[in-house]
Amino acid sequence: MSEFILILLSTLDSTIRVSTPLILCAMAGLFSERSGIVDIGLEGKMLGGAFAAAAVASITGSAWIGLSAAIGVSVCMALLHGFACITHKGNQVVSGLAINILASGLTVTLGIAWFHQGGQTPLLSGDARFYSIDLPGALAVADVPVIGAIYSQLISGHNALVYLAFFTVPVTWWIVYQTRFGLRLRAVGENPQAVDTAGISVFWLRYRAVICAGILCGIAGAYLSTGQNAAFIREMSAGKGYIALAALIFGKWRPKAALLACLLFGFLEALTVRLEGVDLPLIGQVPTQLMQALPYILTVVLLAGFIGKAVAPKAIGVPYIKER
Amino acid sequence: MLTTQNTQQQDSLSPAIDLRKINKSFGPVHANKDVDLIVAKGSIHGIIGENGAGKSTLMSILYGFYEADSGEILVNGKLASITSSKDAIRAGIGMVHQHFMLIENFTVLENVMLGAELSSSLKESKISARAELARLSEEFGLAVDPDAITGDLAVGLQQRVEILKALYRGAEILILDEPTGVLTPQEVKQLFDILNALRARGVSVMLITHKLQEILAITDEVTVMRGGTMVASRETSKTTKQELAELMVGRKVLLEVDKSVAQPKEVLLEADNLTIKDSAGITRLDAVSLKVHAGEILGIAGVSGNGQAELLDVLSGIIPVQEGNIHLNGTTINAKNVLNAKDFRHLSLGHVAEDRHKQGMVTDFSARECAIMGFQDEPEFNGRILMDNKAVTDHCVSLMEEFDVRPANPHLKAANFSGGNQQKLCMAREIERQPKVLLVGQPTRGVDIGAIEFIHQQIVALRDAGNAVLVVSVELEEVMSLCDRIIVMFEGRIVGEMAASDADAQKLGLLMGNAGSDDQASTQGASS
Repeated sequence: MSEFILILLSTLDSTIRVSTPLILCAMAGLFSERSGIVDIGLEGKMLGGAFAAAAVASITGSAWIGLSAAIGVSVCMALLHGFACITHKGNQVVSGLAINILASGLTVTLGIAWFHQGGQTPLLSGDARFYSIDLPGALAVADVPVIGAIYSQLISGHNALVYLAFFTVPVTWWIVYQTRFGLRLRAVGENPQAVDTAGISVFWLRYRAVICAGILCGIAGAYLSTGQNAAFIREMSAGKGYIALAALIFGKWRPKAALLACLLFGFLEALTVRLEGVDLPLIGQVPTQLMQALPYILTVVLLAGFIGKAVAPKAIGVPYIKER
Repeated sequence: MLTTQNTQQQDSLSPAIDLRKINKSFGPVHANKDVDLIVAKGSIHGIIGENGAGKSTLMSILYGFYEADSGEILVNGKLASITSSKDAIRAGIGMVHQHFMLIENFTVLENVMLGAELSSSLKESKISARAELARLSEEFGLAVDPDAITGDLAVGLQQRVEILKALYRGAEILILDEPTGVLTPQEVKQLFDILNALRARGVSVMLITHKLQEILAITDEVTVMRGGTMVASRETSKTTKQELAELMVGRKVLLEVDKSVAQPKEVLLEADNLTIKDSAGITRLDAVSLKVHAGEILGIAGVSGNGQAELLDVLSGIIPVQEGNIHLNGTTINAKNVLNAKDFRHLSLGHVAEDRHKQGMVTDFSARECAIMGFQDEPEFNGRILMDNKAVTDHCVSLMEEFDVRPANPHLKAANFSGGNQQKLCMAREIERQPKVLLVGQPTRGVDIGAIEFIHQQIVALRDAGNAVLVVSVELEEVMSLCDRIIVMFEGRIVGEMAASDADAQKLGLLMGNAGSDDQASTQGASS
């Protein structure tokens, strides 16, 4: 029994770690998509951020400067997306894909040119990484049954960015539902013309939304290369941006529901690692590929009818054109 | 022109709006040419004109949607620079657009305060907005539940939200663009009461419409636009419907349909308990039964979206019969004997679709291609392998001649014809074959007065030749003057039937709103 709890705890523990970039990216996508801009480029922005964080951290030796660089690069990419989609009214999916391809190619090219390690950045150590933080009292209560174990193993012992990621969810909720900016953000994703006739600039509002998305993707990228891992590895985002997008849709573009979807998808991923090579009773070995595909399958199946219709922001994907 | 009937404002001399020599071009199209307009304070000023006369462009300039190429705008006697909606709002101008500028999933309160929130915290903004909204509702008699979801409200109430939105921003000049198009006659009356209340409190109202009736009913002054210029201004009390119509069109027009008494004969089209459910399982047509006789025009009246579209679709074979039967020229069509639109055409049924851009034509195609749509497989247009291009072009030329389609160029893209000429082309395509049964949806939507006259004549001529015609229209006047017998639809059901000679707007209006259910809706809104 206690062994089962230990396995469960460690699976949940890795769920939290795996979910962190998903949560950050889902919140990023929420800002962008609620404003009416499809954000398929979460993946690319995160990857660009990851490279920038690792590269700058390895040079400066500071994880925090690396984080700033990640945010800077990611915001620049978001602005590029904005320039194509908002100012020039381009196709948002094409622009997002272009950003993903750009990030995927450019990170490796620059990595080889600068660090000569086959696209990787040098291994980070010391202050160049985000390390786990033991929350106060974690050791002291570790022996208390259940609660102590949950606190010391599950809640304590993550790096700062993990806590930051979970903190962004209530903050996102608060911004979207409790502030003037949030009201306008939700409005512009539904009916930009109404926003325009109300005397608000649609362009500026949407630009601010994609900048928010850029900031959060940058943090997610920094987490990948300087928190979860100790270097940038080519293609290290590995589709997490797309899974985050699926979680966002799964959560019907709402912060709390998207968080739960991210945790669910994170749990599936943690389970994949845990079950690798393990014989389950009755089923036998579960193919890894199936487990990896599960988030997507789940999204498609559940959206197809089990959780009701996911109503997207009405104006999503449609560039705003003022003159006829 | 500065005199107004409103005594409260006589002391104030400068007009609310003074437009001087406004010009605006879109490429080669000169939409506004040296337009001058003066709107007196505290008056209701009507602006009337056909489609493309430049009314909407002028109002868009006033509300900052477009910028004029040249000209001056004076608001309350002061020169105003209006380059965005924000400037217009600041100058005290509010606009109720034809298509409402509302966020459907927001509450009324959220819609009203959007863009005019008092603080960056929504909570605080809502508290002050709620108080202000209550005050405005009280003062102008505009009761709406601030916590209702806007999309759930009846159209008339949504329009109130739009008016409240403008008032909340401190508008003293209110522009209404075609405000009555989507309203029932009862809702129109309520709107006019509101406009009168606004005028009494010194608000200047500009009413853009193409409906002569409304201009005469509510305005103090009326300005007529034609071809981008102001052609005349009249005091409403000193003009007539006939004069305004002639000013709009630029020649004498016949407002009433000229027709003899119908001679109905055998039934050519019969619907028997037709029920249609949409993909979401919602009943769109509910056991509809009707008969259309040879030699009569049957009109279907009703507010848009009450099953008329589905009725036309099922009667023309666009959607299959689910329950019930259609008897068309001796053939029975039902769920067991499903026929498609082409089969319906071969049973001598013509269909002029309600929405010509979606169903009636492909606007990117040339006129000659649009003129054979639905008949493209007929042997007369086809050689052994390729289409007979010459036959197609000749066919289009003869249709254009017969129905006076201008410009008479069969190779021009359909999108480049005016609404009236597009409609004439669609009409020509269907009527030319002298169908036994003709279905016409919104015969004159987006069609100029001059063309309306012609289209009505063609429909009557087809009837007089002994064919059956079914007309669906949301324009009550059209249904009453064109049709011989009228059926009213509400929520997919037939709720009334009468001879056109017995019908009046009051009777039909009550049926269209299902006997005053709108009043209930508005009191519900007020009570909570």
